[in-house]
Amino acid sequence: MDAIILQILNGLDKGSAYALIALGLTLIFGTLGVVNFAHGALFMLGAFCAVTFSRLLSLGFVPEDAGDTSVGGFSFGALQQETPYVVHWFGEGTGNAIIDWAVPLSILFAIPVMVAIGVTMERGLIKHFYKRPHADQILVTFGLAIVLQEIIKYFYGANPIPTPAPSAFVGSFDFGVLLGFDPGSIVYPYWRLTYFFFAAILIAAVFAFLQFTTFGMVVRAGMADRETVGMLGIDIDRRFTIMFGIAAAVAGLAGVMYGPINSPNYHMGMDFLVLSFVVVVVGGMGSLPGAVLAGFLLGIIEAFASMTEVLNVLPGINQIIIYLVAIIVLLTRPRGLMGRKGVMED
Amino acid sequence: MGRTIHREDNMAKSNFTRRGLLRTGALGGAALATPTLFTSRVWAEAHTGFTNAPQGDTVTLGFNVPQSGPYADEGADELRAFELAVEHLNGEGDGGMLQTFSSKALDGTGIMGKRVEFVTGDTQTKSDAARASARSMIEKDGAIMVSGGSSSGVAVAVQALCQEAGVIFMAGLTHANDTTGKDKKANGFRHFFNSYMSGAALAPILAAQYGADRKAYHLTADYNWGYTTEEAITSSTEALGWETVNTVKTPLTQTDFSSYIAPVLQSEADVLVLNHYGGNMVNSLTNAVQFGLRSREANGKQFEIVVPLYSELMARGAGENIAGILGSQNWDWKLENQLGARYSGTNAFVQSFGNKYGFPPSQAAHTCYVQTLLYADAVTRAGSFNPCAVDEALSGFEFDGMGNGPTLYRADDHQCFKDVVVVRGKENPENEFDLVEIVEVTPVDQVTYEPDHPQFAGGSLGSCNPGA
Repeated sequence: MDAIILQILNGLDKGSAYALIALGLTLIFGTLGVVNFAHGALFMLGAFCAVTFSRLLSLGFVPEDAGDTSVGGFSFGALQQETPYVVHWFGEGTGNAIIDWAVPLSILFAIPVMVAIGVTMERGLIKHFYKRPHADQILVTFGLAIVLQEIIKYFYGANPIPTPAPSAFVGSFDFGVLLGFDPGSIVYPYWRLTYFFFAAILIAAVFAFLQFTTFGMVVRAGMADRETVGMLGIDIDRRFTIMFGIAAAVAGLAGVMYGPINSPNYHMGMDFLVLSFVVVVVGGMGSLPGAVLAGFLLGIIEAFASMTEVLNVLPGINQIIIYLVAIIVLLTRPRGLMGRKGVMED
Repeated sequence: MGRTIHREDNMAKSNFTRRGLLRTGALGGAALATPTLFTSRVWAEAHTGFTNAPQGDTVTLGFNVPQSGPYADEGADELRAFELAVEHLNGEGDGGMLQTFSSKALDGTGIMGKRVEFVTGDTQTKSDAARASARSMIEKDGAIMVSGGSSSGVAVAVQALCQEAGVIFMAGLTHANDTTGKDKKANGFRHFFNSYMSGAALAPILAAQYGADRKAYHLTADYNWGYTTEEAITSSTEALGWETVNTVKTPLTQTDFSSYIAPVLQSEADVLVLNHYGGNMVNSLTNAVQFGLRSREANGKQFEIVVPLYSELMARGAGENIAGILGSQNWDWKLENQLGARYSGTNAFVQSFGNKYGFPPSQAAHTCYVQTLLYADAVTRAGSFNPCAVDEALSGFEFDGMGNGPTLYRADDHQCFKDVVVVRGKENPENEFDLVEIVEVTPVDQVTYEPDHPQFAGGSLGSCNPGA
């Protein structure tokens, strides 16, 4: 029983990332009708916003009165102990606390950066492909993803870069005690719980924005009938561009907060991309609630498939389970779990 | 991965043979007797008796390292070391380990008076890409020796190609037993240590630090290196009284290991062994620490995590999560300063590398630098670039002053035997290049094994192939 609860928690947390990426993908598909294969790269760029911001905060210098700054008996180039500027400016306590909280703080940095990247991407490249077939869109956005990936690798290298959570979030919560099991039998890391709640709030915020604001109402109207909304004198294209920016920010924030779970590397977007598309297809193309539901559902199923007990009976099932589920869903419900008629059906 | 390599072997052979057959037809079938590369260059130089015999006043070495893909940073560090080695061989810079190397055959005038030049290839850490780039360096650029690499799959594939082509392969970072075990080749040489040595070096220290009554749970990367490492660690630790409670294979492409870590919490284990390398190791270790395994108590003992093969670059990726975690290394840049003159050569290399690049070298860089010098030295001592002469000069060669203490290149399997460094992640690292502390050095006698040890069984060295 405790193993099952643990895997549900694992699935929820993995599902959070799937759901956030799939939500952004669906937003873009629903508004602009573009199949955006560069969406995983946006997730990766978000994580690197956190890396960049942490590095900026940790920038330092070697004080003149530092004495011996050598490390391991050598003192060339990088082998010197530096004092970060923020520590120098704000003092030991405050300076180190700012560096410690770099990841949550980089949310503030990532939002404008990701919106700007999203808007630039849409205006600069993707808008030229609105009237082209989906295959062209997939090719160009996939190419863009590879370009973005290589740019990041050029500047940051191929090695994963640690972006730790604030020390207050280090450690794990003992659900075992809470639920009456043995202490230590169901523990779950604080930061992963934080990620789940963060994802839930972000998803709720996106839905609220679309549901309860005039802007959201116009966007939803545009999603349903773009031409009529345009004939009413509303500049729907501009709103869709902003939606692209928002979708980029959602993927970026998912990436920022993911950094402490797995150290970011240039390839992390691709690792999520294919699965996120499966999530979108299973959820139903163009359905926002479907994307979220499928994200969590597939996350949990994947977690269960990795259990030792399951693997002993069905070796290798963890590798294929998501695709297996996708096939079953698409055979029984060709439009996905919550897909609507007429979406991507000519 | 093993299957892939076999397939690639066959593919590569058929390519060579197809090309070879065309030329064979033209040249009257003489090639049938020599199963090797049949290119125009090789034919043109056949009279010299071996593949790519240097003709002018230069000699070309081929450095085949990952320049793209997940190990690109390690490849970049290897390339830095190769460039430094070439500089030193050509008499530029401060000479590095040439000053400390026990053999004094090299004098900074290139190799046998020929200036050293090099070409590079990108292995992409894929066996087929690595073979293609090695083949291109041998056929098009006339490389007489190929070195580098950051994976055992690649090492085994390129080693087999070099054997067929008749050039020497000086392996880079490759840790699986098979490279000098069942897949060993007469034209291939490995300076880096292997899985067996990691197990033999780590086990007594694990028993001393954590006690002989331990229950270990292994997570193992699902490919050849993972299997040999798991086998080495389980057999070494079980011999000292540990019990292996479970071994679970994890997909090489896995990024989030939480669903594999969770069952560890439910098991009766009190030690987790991560037979992972690269991104796998960074992620599995980070996840294990997140789940509180480091602060956990099991069976009345402190729970421990072990990473059999440490790498500085991976340690940097895992950051503070490596604190307190034991593992083994082929070499560490602090060896000479901390353990004295036995490890001479270390400081000369670190200083030279640091002055040029601004940071200390990784163990991958070290092994590549040493391999280049060892090759150049063997050629010089043999007085010939002929692979068979190099083979003879390197086999059974004993040397010192290359940073690892007294070392033997064993003739039976072309594996170097030397001390193994056991390290632990620092609790409070001062610098991102100084993440591990040296716990102990396991003397070479304790990590030496018989050539026919079961973990290295099968395969044979064969005889050297001079090609041409």
